[in-house]
Amino acid sequence: MINILAYLPQLMSGLSITLILMLASVVTGLALAILMTMASYSDKWLLRKFVDIIVFFIRGTPLLVQIFLIYYGIGQFAFIRDSFLWFILREPMTCAIIALSLNSACYTTILLQGAIASVPKNEVAACEAIGMSKWLAFRRIIFPRAFRLAIPAYSNEVIMILKGTSLASTITLLDLMGMTQQLIGETYATVEFYLAAAVIYLLLNGIISLIFKCLQKKASVYH
Amino acid sequence: MHSGFIIQILLGTLVTLKLAVCAAIFGMIVGLFGASLESIRNPLLRYSAASLIFIIRGLPELLVLFFIYFGATAILSNLFNHYIDISAFVAGVLALGLIFGSYASQVFRGAFLAVDKGQIEAGKALGFKRMQIFTHIQLPQAWRHAIPGLGNLWLVLLKDTAIVTLIGLSDMMNQAKIAASTTHQPFTFYLLAAAIYLIITSISQKIINIFTVRANRYVHA
Repeated sequence: MINILAYLPQLMSGLSITLILMLASVVTGLALAILMTMASYSDKWLLRKFVDIIVFFIRGTPLLVQIFLIYYGIGQFAFIRDSFLWFILREPMTCAIIALSLNSACYTTILLQGAIASVPKNEVAACEAIGMSKWLAFRRIIFPRAFRLAIPAYSNEVIMILKGTSLASTITLLDLMGMTQQLIGETYATVEFYLAAAVIYLLLNGIISLIFKCLQKKASVYH
Repeated sequence: MHSGFIIQILLGTLVTLKLAVCAAIFGMIVGLFGASLESIRNPLLRYSAASLIFIIRGLPELLVLFFIYFGATAILSNLFNHYIDISAFVAGVLALGLIFGSYASQVFRGAFLAVDKGQIEAGKALGFKRMQIFTHIQLPQAWRHAIPGLGNLWLVLLKDTAIVTLIGLSDMMNQAKIAASTTHQPFTFYLLAAAIYLIITSISQKIINIFTVRANRYVHA
């Protein structure tokens, strides 16, 4: 039996990478999801089709494949390796964030589309009746309403992102999972370190659920 | 030029499918078992089942897989005092099946609750035995409610099989990795792997739709 607490600083540094990955992906993913949802209600056929295709591709393939495609795959093209983009795309951190946020953006788009579809029809009709333009109605009425409806499902999405960050360890990042693997390699204390990592992941889960419970309470204050 | 690699990847696809099917079958059993444990009176059993489900659902799939593959090897080796190895395939089936099962138990529980109580009472009134009520009345009707949820879980499971490549199973992903590093064309081969996953998930979606229609054939709107 070894003393896990002695390795706490390393685990915490792993945790910090996990948190950075998660927060960056949540923020970028949500922003992308809002853009994609708006695009899916656009008048332009091409734009709508484009969103459909991205969502279809991302939702139909494993996150691991997407991470490998971006981290290992992009380097196959000489013109990218020669361009300034290579400074961004050769870093495992940015690749993991790109993959995770694209992934979460697509799932969140579906979620938001569902929420928008369940905004009461009479509210949309009321917007038209007082002469709001499509985008004004979206911004002031439909989107805020849809967000409130989507909060419970979105908390699951954030937990999915947290679980997804563990795959970043496969492209050399020392996140919580990667650090755990490394410490096991050093100490051979397999079971102990996996249990420690499991406890930390479960605690993070609990914190995320709590935050969303508060958000939910705040959001439903007018109901 | 690449036909050898492509054949290997297609052979790997069979391994991936075999893994997914085995994990789904194991997961269904776990899910039914979990759903029945969660609905019995004994609080101790109920709470331990519920917390186990909560734990597995909260952990990254990768952690569950590694814990079973490396952790179980360590525990078993300690217990029996000599090195015991479990195969990557078995570890994959166990890990993915447990994850599938812990989500499926919620689906099954909801599905059985959705069956009208009157149906069970009618069965009793007609003199059905407990087991007959379960197999002839509850199961077919719960199945209808369970299909959409189980279908989604199957799609998630198919995509999760990719991580089993990380413990060395020669599935499709692993073959794609070998091809990618040998030919220095990672984009081509990972894209091929992605395309195969897309085809499998699309076909699955079609089959799930057929099942849904079939299961609802006696329901009139």
